[in-house]
Amino acid sequence: MKLQVKNVHKSFGHTKVLNGISLDVAEGEMTCLIGASGSGKSTLLRCINLLEPVDDGEIWLDGAEIADPALDPQPIRQRIGIVFQSFNLFPHMTAEENVMLAPRRIFKTSRDALRPTVEELFDRFGLKDRMHHYPDQLSGGQQQRVAIVRALAMKPEIMLFDEITSALDPELVNEVLQVLKSLKQDGMTMVLATHEMAFARDVADKVCFLDKGSILEQGTPADIFSNPRQERTRDFLARVLGPR
Amino acid sequence: MSDSNKGPTRRQAHERKLKRRSMILAAISTSVVVAALVILIPLTPGWERVKQSFFNWDIVVRTFPKLLNAFLLDVAIFAWSVPLIAALGLAIALARDVRDPVFYPLRLFGILYTDIFRGVPVVLVVYLIGFGIPGLGLQRPFNSPYLWGTVALVLTYAAYVAEIFRSGIESIHASQRNAALSLGMSPSDTMRFVILPQAIRRVVPAQMNILIALQKDVALLSFIGPVEIFRQAGVFKSLLASFTPYVVAAAIFLVVTIPATRLADHMLAKQNRARS
Ligand SMILES: Nc1ncnc2c1ncn2[C@@H]1O[C@H](COP(=O)(O)OP(=O)(O)O)[C@@H](O)[C@H]1O
Ligand SMILES: [Mg+2]
Repeated sequence: MKLQVKNVHKSFGHTKVLNGISLDVAEGEMTCLIGASGSGKSTLLRCINLLEPVDDGEIWLDGAEIADPALDPQPIRQRIGIVFQSFNLFPHMTAEENVMLAPRRIFKTSRDALRPTVEELFDRFGLKDRMHHYPDQLSGGQQQRVAIVRALAMKPEIMLFDEITSALDPELVNEVLQVLKSLKQDGMTMVLATHEMAFARDVADKVCFLDKGSILEQGTPADIFSNPRQERTRDFLARVLGPR
Repeated sequence: MSDSNKGPTRRQAHERKLKRRSMILAAISTSVVVAALVILIPLTPGWERVKQSFFNWDIVVRTFPKLLNAFLLDVAIFAWSVPLIAALGLAIALARDVRDPVFYPLRLFGILYTDIFRGVPVVLVVYLIGFGIPGLGLQRPFNSPYLWGTVALVLTYAAYVAEIFRSGIESIHASQRNAALSLGMSPSDTMRFVILPQAIRRVVPAQMNILIALQKDVALLSFIGPVEIFRQAGVFKSLLASFTPYVVAAAIFLVVTIPATRLADHMLAKQNRARS
């Protein structure tokens, strides 16, 4: 398994947000987390990336435990890319500088040495003519693609995506989802929290339904979307997909 | 679009009418007030004396060159204080944000520093340091009140500047920090390349207001020695038995501070517009 989450618990103050989550993600697989707002999807992704410390439980990446509070999180975060709903580009830097900052500082690579790889990434995601623009000169869809490129430039082993299309105008959603499909073809291991049910059904290898901090049900998209076993899963799907 | 080429829209015409009316009203009321002042003030019993003492044109002409010259010392003190204040203020602001327990003393120092220097009137700091340290009997040039007076200003203003930097740092949304950390960047690189550049930009107008206050407070050094403009005006006052040199000094300050204040306000307004 590329990533294993084992019985993870997390509270904010007295609010229990993750209640014994266990999840296996195989190399090259796309796992979609679905569930109502507030069910803990973002918190789970932030815990995997070590932006939030877990209270209890273990997280294993490539056969090594990473959530041990005694470990230095920095080198681990370099191996795990995350993209947020609100893009979070650095507004005072051009798209290219946004992408180059972390590799420059962490790997001590020069701009010139980075440029070919970075240009290739921009080109691949249709951003070649936007490299020298500032974030506020880009559309939401372009900003989100730059954010993905920024995470990819660190050559992560696994990518996490937290509702990356939720802040986009509807006509811009597709260009970002295309990027995810293309990454999947590369064999990238991905975990994404999403409300794009049609996308999850068509592209995901595995779908997990989160409810109040627990994974209530998981399986193939066919299992979850066509044969949900749990009452609450059926309720949730009926609410987001409408009556069928 | 085609409509607007034909002339002002109905709303534009209406707004133009309102604007013309309010301008006429403002002009009338201003003229009335100014006329009243010009006519009434000279009627007061003490006016002749005040005029002689504060607005004596001969004395203006005689003292202006030397006062302007003395003002250059204010400008010089100001100019070499600013980079020191900026550097020290930033260092104190960063010291107060250190989380590592090893550096707790640094943090404590930052807190004490800002509390003390913001809590004591500038003039007291100038007195205590400006008279106190030269009183230790140090050798030239370390006995110069000019030097220690400037140090007093730097120490005091660094405390205010530090607080503004800190408010700027805190105003940067946590998501920026998270984005940098999630890429694997170190906390110090995150501060240096992501948080600080945004924070500093954001507080430039507020820092400009502090600099304007500093420009005025340089005159406090006159109490401990350097013959800057306020001190020079005092010399002229004793010599000529007139307050006019003080008015000249005030006017010289205003020529610098009014444009600077306008610039700061303008930058702040621009920033507020950009953010909303
Ligand atoms: N930093 C935080 N402090 C306190 N409560 C939080 C914090 N982050 C998330 N929560 C709470 O945790 C719960 C799960 O949130 P989240 O993981 O964002 O859910 P989702 O992404 O599925 O909408 C919510 O009730 C939310 O209010
Ligand atoms: Mg969320």
